[in-house]
Amino acid sequence: MNNLNKTIFIATATILLGGVSISIVSANSARDAIIEGFVDEAGMEASAERGKILFESNIGDGKPDTPSCTTCHGATALKTGMTRAGKVIEPMAVSKNPERFIDLKKVSKWFRRNCKSVLGRECTPQEKADFLTYMKSK
Amino acid sequence: MFHNTNSLKMSLALLLLTTPATFGDERYDPVRSEIVLKECGACHMAFQPQMLPKRSWDRIMQELSDHFGEDASLDADTKEQIEAYLDKNAADSGWWGGKFMRGVKDNMTPLRITQTPHWIREHDDEISAQALAAAKSRANCVACHPRANRGDYDDD
Ligand code: HEC
Ligand code: HEC
Ligand code: HEC
Repeated sequence: MNNLNKTIFIATATILLGGVSISIVSANSARDAIIEGFVDEAGMEASAERGKILFESNIGDGKPDTPSCTTCHGATALKTGMTRAGKVIEPMAVSKNPERFIDLKKVSKWFRRNCKSVLGRECTPQEKADFLTYMKSK
Repeated sequence: MFHNTNSLKMSLALLLLTTPATFGDERYDPVRSEIVLKECGACHMAFQPQMLPKRSWDRIMQELSDHFGEDASLDADTKEQIEAYLDKNAADSGWWGGKFMRGVKDNMTPLRITQTPHWIREHDDEISAQALAAAKSRANCVACHPRANRGDYDDD
C-alpha cells in the first residue's frame, strides 16, 4: 500500500471501529483514573499480588455469613459468582467484563459495603488500589 | 348532583386502577422506578412493594446497614427516593389491603415477604425440597417464577 492508501485505510478503519474502540478506551481511562485516585490517596504503589490475597483470603472479621470476597464473587477473579439470594454476579476480572470499575460512585459504594461485610471495617485506599490493580491485570 | 357524578367517576377510576393488584390473579405492578431497580435489584430481584406493608418497608430502609446479614447501606438522598416509592406502592397503600395484607395483624411487621401469611399459604406444600435447593433461597423468586420481575407469578 502506498502512503495515501494507508492513510485512507486507517481512516476508514478508525471510523468503522470508532464506536467500539472509543467506548473501550474511555472505559479504560475512567478505570485508570479511579485506580490512580486510590494510589495517590495511599501514597504508595499498588500491588496486584496483595490484591489477589485480599480477594481470595478467608478473612471473617465482618458479618458471619460473608467471610471472604469470594463468598459472593467467584472463587477466582475469572469466575462467575452468586449472591446469597441466588443472583448471578459477573466475573470481576476486567478481561472478562470490560465494564468493571468505571464508575467511581458505584466502586465506592460497593467497597464501603463489602469491606464492612467481610473485614468489619472500610478498606484502606491502599487495599482498594491493590484490589483494582489485580482485577485489571486479570 | 354534579358533585355526586364526579365522585362516582372518581370511584370508578380508582376501582379500575386498583383492581388488578387487589382482585386479579397473581399479577403485580412491576417496579417502575429506575433507582429502585438499580439499588434494590443488585443482590436479588427488586421485589414488588405491594408485597409488604409500609411499616415493613420503613423498617427495612432504616436497617440497611445490617440487611439480612449484609451491608446494603445507601446515601441519604437515594434512600429517601426509594423509601417514597416503596411507601407509595406498599401492600396497605390502596383502599383495600392487597393480598399480601391478609393475615398480617396490626402488631406484625414482617421483614420478609417469604414470612407473610399469604406467601406461606401459597407455598405450603407447593415447593419440593429439590426445587428449593435449586433456587438456593426462598427469596430467589425468579428461579421458580421466570416472569417475577414483571410481577407475574401466574405460571400456568
Ligand atoms: C455479600 C456478597 C458480596 C461480598 C462478600 C463481596 N461482594 Fe463485592 N459485590 C457484590 C455485589 C452484589 C456487587 C454488585 C454487582 C456487580 O457489580 O456485578 C459487588 C460489586 C463490587 C464492586 C464494584 C464492581 C464494579 O464494577 O464497579 C467492588 C469494587 C467489589 N464488589 C469489591 C469487593 C471486595 C473487595 C470484597 C471483599 C472484601 C467483596 N466485594 C465482597 C457482592 C459481594
Ligand atoms: C448488598 C446486597 C443487597 C442489596 C443491595 C439489597 N438486598 Fe435485600 N436482601 C439481601 C439478602 C442477602 C437478603 C436475604 C436473602 C435470603 O434470605 O435468601 C435480602 C432479603 C431482602 C428481603 C426479604 C426477602 C424475603 O425473604 O422475603 C427484602 C424485602 C429485601 N431484601 C428488600 C431490599 C430492598 C428494598 C433493597 C433496596 C433498598 C434491598 N433489599 C437491597 C441483600 C441485599
Ligand atoms: C422454590 C420455588 C419457588 C420460589 C423460590 C418462590 N416460589 Fe412462589 N410459588 C412456587 C410454586 C410452586 C407456587 C404454586 C404454583 C403456582 O401457582 O405457580 C407458587 C406460587 C406463588 C404465588 C401465587 C401464584 C398464583 O397464581 O396463585 C405467588 C404470588 C408467589 N408464588 C410469589 C412468590 C414470590 C414473591 C417469591 C419470592 C419472594 C416466590 N414466590 C418464590 C414456587 C416458588
